[in-house]
Amino acid sequence: MTTITELPPGFADKVLSAQSTFRSVMDAMARPGSVQRIVPMAGAPETMMRGTAAIALTLFDHDTPLWLDARMSDSSDVVKWLKFHTGAPVVQDSSIASFALISDGALLPALERFALGTSEYPDRSTTVIVQVESLDAGHGFELRGPGIDGVAALQAAIRPADLFERLRVNERLLPRGIDVVLVADDAVVAIPRTTRVVNKGSK
Amino acid sequence: MNAPAYNFAYLDEQTKRMIRRAILKAIAIPGYQVPFAGREMPMPYGWGTGGVQVTAAILGPQDVLKVIDQGSDDTTNAISIRKFFAKTAGVATTTSTDEATVIQTRHRIPETALHEKQVLVYQVPIPEPLRFLEPRETETRRMHALAEYGLMHVKLYEDIARFGHIATAYAYPVKVNARYVMDPSPTPKFDNPKMDNCPALQLFGAGREKRIYAIPPYTQVVSLDFEDHPFEPYRFNAPCALCGAENSYLDEIVTDDKGGRMFVCSDTDYCEGRQAAGHHGSLSAAPYKERAQRGSHG
Amino acid sequence: MYVAVKGGERAIENAHRLLANARRGDQSVPEVTLDQISEQLGLAVDRVMSEGSLYDRELAALAIKQARGDLIEAIFLVRAFRATLPRFGTSEPVDTGAMRVQRRVSATFKDIPGGQILGPTFDYTHRLLDPTLGQGFVPEVPATAEASTAPTPRVTDILGRDGLIESSPRSEDGASVGDLTREPLNFPADRDLRLQNLARGDEGFLLAMGYSTQRGYGRNHPFVGEIRFGEVEVEFSAEDVGFAVPLGSIELTECQMVNQFKGSATEAPCFTRGYGLAFGQSERKTMSMALVDRALRARELGEEAVAPAQDEEFVMSHSDNVQATGFVEHLKLPHYVDFQSELGLLRKLRKEFAEANAPEAMKEAAE
Repeated sequence: MTTITELPPGFADKVLSAQSTFRSVMDAMARPGSVQRIVPMAGAPETMMRGTAAIALTLFDHDTPLWLDARMSDSSDVVKWLKFHTGAPVVQDSSIASFALISDGALLPALERFALGTSEYPDRSTTVIVQVESLDAGHGFELRGPGIDGVAALQAAIRPADLFERLRVNERLLPRGIDVVLVADDAVVAIPRTTRVVNKGSK
Repeated sequence: MNAPAYNFAYLDEQTKRMIRRAILKAIAIPGYQVPFAGREMPMPYGWGTGGVQVTAAILGPQDVLKVIDQGSDDTTNAISIRKFFAKTAGVATTTSTDEATVIQTRHRIPETALHEKQVLVYQVPIPEPLRFLEPRETETRRMHALAEYGLMHVKLYEDIARFGHIATAYAYPVKVNARYVMDPSPTPKFDNPKMDNCPALQLFGAGREKRIYAIPPYTQVVSLDFEDHPFEPYRFNAPCALCGAENSYLDEIVTDDKGGRMFVCSDTDYCEGRQAAGHHGSLSAAPYKERAQRGSHG
Repeated sequence: MYVAVKGGERAIENAHRLLANARRGDQSVPEVTLDQISEQLGLAVDRVMSEGSLYDRELAALAIKQARGDLIEAIFLVRAFRATLPRFGTSEPVDTGAMRVQRRVSATFKDIPGGQILGPTFDYTHRLLDPTLGQGFVPEVPATAEASTAPTPRVTDILGRDGLIESSPRSEDGASVGDLTREPLNFPADRDLRLQNLARGDEGFLLAMGYSTQRGYGRNHPFVGEIRFGEVEVEFSAEDVGFAVPLGSIELTECQMVNQFKGSATEAPCFTRGYGLAFGQSERKTMSMALVDRALRARELGEEAVAPAQDEEFVMSHSDNVQATGFVEHLKLPHYVDFQSELGLLRKLRKEFAEANAPEAMKEAAE
């Protein structure tokens, strides 16, 4: 069993690292499909990428119920690390989660099981953070929508392979919906609910 | 006594996280007003506390900050806010629109086109565009939920019936990404077209009303109008008396008590830049630099 | 030639220096100390602590001094400081029934267990200006007596024993108390948030709102069940300690209003409650607060909400004097950009009006 002192460390400089990480995530959200880099490094428990760890340290706290996929929730190191560094309560009910962490795309539940927001408060929805294999190689995707000057091209290796088809639920739900943040190591791409994705199917 | 000690950019980290999460949702839902638990700031409500909180939540040591009020870097409230961040965040400040990475503004959008590396932060007094038609939050929230904006069109149409024009000259409502009707803050309607398809991220902070909203870059922003009464930006028809600009928004200066008026750019950085580049208006006899120095008085 | 106004930075610095001098006033007059403010302007300190939401007499006194006696400005200073303080948790509910009472009056019963205690009050003073206070006045030694050990149960508890007043709604165990300084406020708001809002609310605003209910705008037949002022203990349960730790004592004023009864076919009639609480001694504030609290319960008590004091959105959105003063006073900031836009529009409309209303002859001549 890991004790608290053996847990991977958080940010060395909490204030400035959180600011830098936030700006990367904000830029990613503002410019869907663009690949942003997370610079500050923190330790990360097994199964958690360093980008995910930095985002967790930046955005999670007591006020953000957190849902973990089975692989993460089974890891006592992940749960302990999150609790110690962020204080975010881990919940079983994905429909009340502010954030969801998906370490393995195969474990992504149906998107409707997350909080989708209400028409009065569409912001009360889960931000789903999905760890993926690559955000600079793989399938080609064309993205359109707010934040994109015409069309954005994304090359990515993503599981589940039909993620973007599933995200089409956002078209029907708008302004409710699911916002997704993809993480591959230190790279981040955001797919907010307004982004429409076409699979080009090319390698 | 508890001696005060303040964090980088004043706000504590918990507050920054809360504001940052609100900003992310605001970007994801363009034009929708995200409620946030605004904090009491060391400056009065109504004086930019919303903009200040947004700026404090995004600002980092690499940033270069510009603060304008009424288009000018030298208005007292702009100076006061710029000094606040210079002091609490040690951040570099500038008056140059081009050099700034974060621009906090009250009532204007700079004349110089914004670029992708910039964030424009607006100070917003009343974020709810429907508030003057319906004072109740519970009602306006329902209207936004249903995208029920008939009331707004009725109001604009009544203006036309009474005055022959849409009688809104500033805080002119826009529709963002074809969904939410949004208040652009009390900018003159001259500035509305600059919001559309803008390369920079636009963030709006309303401190007293505790709302944050956003327009992502390259997002459609349409000023509300009617086919037979299309939106028209207003600008006084004269060149700037200092730099000769024909396309900038002008301040009207009362020069005497006999009806004397002159018109000069409201965006001082733009105007000074043009003068430095050799443009002259009818009243700019002295070289720009000398005049600026002589004009320094407290 | 035109010279643009510059030098705002120096103007601000100079204005601050002038302010510091104006604050100090004539320097041949001794400077007022924080102790003097805290001891001799105690009710001002109480108000600043209440509406500033921070129990600290010394900081409140400092704020009053810094604000030159402008209490709303002082409240603002305290609030801005409070916003930066770390939050450790929520105290245990204070037990006002166990208050060490300095003053206690009931308008509903002539005598009550523990007795009525007049205490330090302006009530029954004749409001005649007293010139002796201007010249080194030394008050008489206060009358003293053996402290009573008799319990002073709350009048509403006495009524409650017979079921004559509704029971105070009990919150579920472990339910967290709302905090409108940490969470965005949404409507409808629960009573915990309403009471917090009123406790922070402007005394003058609450006074006017409470007064309006007495004059018929949402009348709720109030009786002062009890007003008590005195000291209570504050305790804090830390999760890892496992028991409540005393933090110290604070002075509070509590007003329990007994109001208009309710009842139905299935429920025996009983009086209803309005509640007011403030730091220090503030009867006007707590009584007004109790009236407005009761008025705001219209919805929950099945009354038609028609008066301003019954409208929670109206009351809660306008009660905060720090918000109100900021927004009212922001009108003195430059607005010339939007005014210019308005001016342009107005000139255009006037020109069109003049053209449309010009005498026919002139129109023809113009053509």
